[in-house]
Amino acid sequence: MTLLDRHIEFLDALRGAGLPVSLSEGLDAVTALGLIGWTDRQQVKEAYAATLVKRANQRATFDGLFELYFPRMVGSGMTPSLTGEAAAAGVAKDGPEALEEFSSRLAEALEADDVEMLRQLAAEAVARFGAMPGRGPGLSSWSSYTALRRLSTDELTARLIEGLQQGGWTEEEAARVGTRRMDRFAGLVEADARRRIAEEKGPEQIAKIAVRPTIEKLDFLHARRADLEALRREIYPLARRLATRLTQEHHARRRGAVDLRRTLRSSMSTGGVPVDLRFRPKRPHRTELVILCDVSGSVSNFATFTLMLVFALREQFGKVRAFTFVDEIHEVTSYFKPGADLVDTMTELTKATEHAARMGRTNYGRAFSLFQERHADALGPKSSLLILGDARSNYSDLAVDSLRAMADAARHSHWLNPEVRTQWDTGDSEATRYGSIIDMRECRNLTQLSEFVHDLA
Amino acid sequence: MPSRTSSWFSSPAEAVTRLGDVGYLADDSTALTSYLAGALEKPVLIEGPAGVGKTELAKAITRATGAELVRLQCYEGLDEARALYEWNYKKQLLRIQAANDGQAWEETHDDIFSEEFLLTRPLLTAIRREEPTVLLIDEVDKTDVEVEGLLLEVLSDFQVTIPELGTMTSTRRPLVVLTSNATRELSEALKRRCLYLHLDYPDADREREIVLSQVPGLDDKVARQLVSVVGRLRELELKKAPSIAESVDWARTLIALEITDLSDKAVADTLGVVLKHSSDVDRAVRELRLKR
Ligand SMILES: Nc1ncnc2c1ncn2[C@@H]1O[C@H](COP(=O)(O)OP(=O)(O)OP(=O)(O)O)[C@@H](O)[C@H]1O
Ligand SMILES: [Mg+2]
Repeated sequence: MTLLDRHIEFLDALRGAGLPVSLSEGLDAVTALGLIGWTDRQQVKEAYAATLVKRANQRATFDGLFELYFPRMVGSGMTPSLTGEAAAAGVAKDGPEALEEFSSRLAEALEADDVEMLRQLAAEAVARFGAMPGRGPGLSSWSSYTALRRLSTDELTARLIEGLQQGGWTEEEAARVGTRRMDRFAGLVEADARRRIAEEKGPEQIAKIAVRPTIEKLDFLHARRADLEALRREIYPLARRLATRLTQEHHARRRGAVDLRRTLRSSMSTGGVPVDLRFRPKRPHRTELVILCDVSGSVSNFATFTLMLVFALREQFGKVRAFTFVDEIHEVTSYFKPGADLVDTMTELTKATEHAARMGRTNYGRAFSLFQERHADALGPKSSLLILGDARSNYSDLAVDSLRAMADAARHSHWLNPEVRTQWDTGDSEATRYGSIIDMRECRNLTQLSEFVHDLA
Repeated sequence: MPSRTSSWFSSPAEAVTRLGDVGYLADDSTALTSYLAGALEKPVLIEGPAGVGKTELAKAITRATGAELVRLQCYEGLDEARALYEWNYKKQLLRIQAANDGQAWEETHDDIFSEEFLLTRPLLTAIRREEPTVLLIDEVDKTDVEVEGLLLEVLSDFQVTIPELGTMTSTRRPLVVLTSNATRELSEALKRRCLYLHLDYPDADREREIVLSQVPGLDDKVARQLVSVVGRLRELELKKAPSIAESVDWARTLIALEITDLSDKAVADTLGVVLKHSSDVDRAVRELRLKR
């Protein structure tokens, strides 16, 4: 395969993963590579990145695909020096001794956070402990899962955390950083297994299934632990972007009628010629929000992110009241203090979930009836009602009348469902029945969420 | 397409050296992008958190290449008249009033729409300059969408048409650097025309070098301690993580206070220089277990 073919396939894969690479950007990349040549892999990568990746959060996707299409190495990943070392120590490729010898090198690299060494070790780990010979054709012959299992990563993480603490870090810091380093190493091992499979089957196959979407397109319901942290870090930047956009739009809309007095006054400096027109400001109207969130199990992440985003945008709304429910209803408005710390708020919110659960099984009907009983006064002709949840109510009574009364009391009402639309109405999902009372929208990722919140404000 | 040889960098390696000579310590991707900007004659869009050296990079390229800096500072409400050019109304009015009755209107008209009455703003200035120029369009995310449209036009063909004077085309393209804090998403069209560089916090070694180079007299041991604490603070999900600028400020403070060992107490006492929100200070004190 020629370099040009590889280039074209790489661009296609990037597009497939959601990066909007245009024809002209592809040509820019070619010109740039013509200037710097293909000898230095790192520079090739950066040249591609500078010409094709125009958003910071696309970089991880780009990196993953670059590793697939322009692998650092081909084949075993056991560099001669490493195999030599192992051989000299009289250690076999695999076996308890091999594991121990390898683990101690890995522990060292993790503690030193030596990224280059970790990359090499990841490749070596797959080569030595992740091979799965003898499986039928078409089955992957390399497994990152096996490699990581054999290495007992939990033990390594514990050791690493201890080491960091001895180096002067506090317990929480060491735990956070240690876990993150281990997650990153696991990521490297996964990437190397993908590279090997790609070598056998061709990168297109792997690119389609294995490369994760960018954080904005990631399903809330599929987020892993590391993703949750990344998502949380996106909240303030996202809120800031939304606030800027809203402010600009409000300003644009606010231009009212021409203010004659001010226009004339300002025309004094131009000899009475009214060069600049002055306008009267318009009064902005602000939405008052009442939010009800299902915080049970898997949908709780989605609810928390939405709440955090809304409260990060607090100034854009007139008044916000928030309630969480499982089968009880609990007001959480007071948890959001102005200027409060995001992580603390999240932690408290999670703790508060217990107030929202009596038996612990989601019961939308009960939540709606209780809301009507205790908080009906929260809704009025100026308020917008927002319900967050998957409409899965364990086949309980739906209290359709309560919900209808709530919708009637509010000026607007919306329902955001984090489930993919094709899952609606399966099992105990009551999407259609609730959706006939309150307009229900699919909201699976940050992009959809921020569009919705923008339209709401 | 690249044209005649210019005075920009001749290779990424040379960019590292020459930027280093003027006090900017560039990593590989920064050096490569700075090189490509000149060689491909394409604008560079630099995004990243506050205080990581976006603006400074444009200035450093200017110093390193002996060019001159033309700066367009963006803000909400910036318009064409401030960015590109405008006619000097007052002077024109005076000229009209002063015209004697005998003069034909056509003549006066040609007169008042001449070079003499033109107020040149940064974009036009950069296009008309014949010497090497770095055009810095700073904090472009603060502008309105209309200005982005204007930038798109100007950065596509580096020419400006003034109805009364004709079309002005740049004879020597400026090297254009746009910076943004990403407070809003810029249009795809603008991004397509630019190379992209995401600047982030530097690794500990580079940051130490930067701090040491900007704060002479700082002890190497203290520099190490400082950079390590700053790194730990950046892990904490604060509202405003400390930037390079804050590291430098902190180093200056330590010198002024004659602190020669960054103990937990010293950190706690001076944390206000580094963190701007009180909830961030609280969080840091708690998580780093600082005693006050
Ligand atoms: N690589 C570097 N080498 C030397 N100094 C640097 C470097 N990066 C940053 N600095 C220092 O950091 C300071 C802050 O940088 P600068 O003002 O350019 O930040 P910025 O990214 O433009 O921030 P903002 O988004 O707030 O405008 C500069 O004054 C400079 O002294
Ligand atoms: Mg700046």
